[in-house]
Amino acid sequence: MPSLKDLKTRIASVKSTRKITKAMQMVAAAKLRRAQDAAEAGRPYAERMQAVMARLSASVGGSDTAPRLLAGTGSDKTHLLVVMTAERGLCGGFNSSIVRLVRNRVEALKGEGKTVKLLTVGKKGREQLKRDYEDLMVGHVDLSEVKRVGYANAAEIAADVIARFDAGEFDVASIYFSVFQSVISQIPTETQIIPAKFEESDAGDASTLYDYEPSEEAVLEDLLPRAIATQIFTALLENRASEEGARMSAMDNATRNAGEMIDKLTIEYNRSRQAVITNELIEIISGAEAL
Amino acid sequence: MADMIQFDLVSPEKRLASFEAASVQIPGVDGDLTAMAGHSPVITTLRPGIVRVQSAEGETDYVVVAGFVEVTAESVSVIAERAHAGDEVRKEDLEDVLADARAKAAEAEGEHKDGAEKLVSDLVELMDRMD
Repeated sequence: MPSLKDLKTRIASVKSTRKITKAMQMVAAAKLRRAQDAAEAGRPYAERMQAVMARLSASVGGSDTAPRLLAGTGSDKTHLLVVMTAERGLCGGFNSSIVRLVRNRVEALKGEGKTVKLLTVGKKGREQLKRDYEDLMVGHVDLSEVKRVGYANAAEIAADVIARFDAGEFDVASIYFSVFQSVISQIPTETQIIPAKFEESDAGDASTLYDYEPSEEAVLEDLLPRAIATQIFTALLENRASEEGARMSAMDNATRNAGEMIDKLTIEYNRSRQAVITNELIEIISGAEAL
Repeated sequence: MADMIQFDLVSPEKRLASFEAASVQIPGVDGDLTAMAGHSPVITTLRPGIVRVQSAEGETDYVVVAGFVEVTAESVSVIAERAHAGDEVRKEDLEDVLADARAKAAEAEGEHKDGAEKLVSDLVELMDRMD
């Protein structure tokens, strides 16, 4: 049985924990709103890019002159997995669920006899994957100093990936990130970026025939690296929103749990105090009776 | 008005402009072109330059660095990798782009060399025009 003083300290400590988690929850809520706005603002650009690329790749993709970024190297021996996670923890299962997806994929690819390479974006995923796959890591992008992910960050990652592709380091590249559905649901997702794949969006103006200046091939060649950067940028934005959403619900749970714990401890505290009073009364009464 | 076109300017981070315009002057990679209502559909990549929009409110300038333009009979969409409103942008903002382009041009070889050097000269010209 803990003493009254012990209980009091424990209640105080849980109360201060609750204050912290409550504050973190509110900060995450504010950041989530900002991240969602950013994701929203980036959408028109990504959609247009996607639509044009889908049209271009449909018409040029089949020919022999298609750029390597679109056509691929012709083999799929070496895979590069770009794993995007958070820089910070305390966000529930956000990082772990991405890492789990990646881990399954790595094992599956290894089972097929493929070579796997990992490029990590974000500290947390790196830490978790390092335990098992340190020998597969080829690079790491640190975004911990970056407050708001900008297009420049995505362009840098894309340039790095494309440079590795040109150097023949891998045949297929995919990115792993979480798609933000709601505060309680973020879906870990895999998207292949090289060879580039573009799904026909429902723009519906496929009937318009465009002239291309200078030429279809030249436009495609110019836009492909940008389209890849755009995909990475969209993924980064989605990831940021997912992270804050996950953190918000994790901190909400933590706050609630702390509240329950305070209630339980308070009851225990009151009971022990009552027990002490009763004990003292019994001692006084029995002392008086003994006289 | 019947002879107006919808003008949109989007960058990866936000939508910069969306309004009705009479004509849009675009710095295409193969030379400037001006789009007005009824223009035949064209997609062209951009060189660094100034997009000049004539609308009912007057003339608006935007500085764009890279990206592409989609012109249809009813609309002009500028999808720019980097864009600034003309009166907000200062030369310093573009210094890093220029430095980057210079570094690339110095490295480039063979067929890429021309393109990289053209980018540098386009940027220099753009920055001269901004003075």
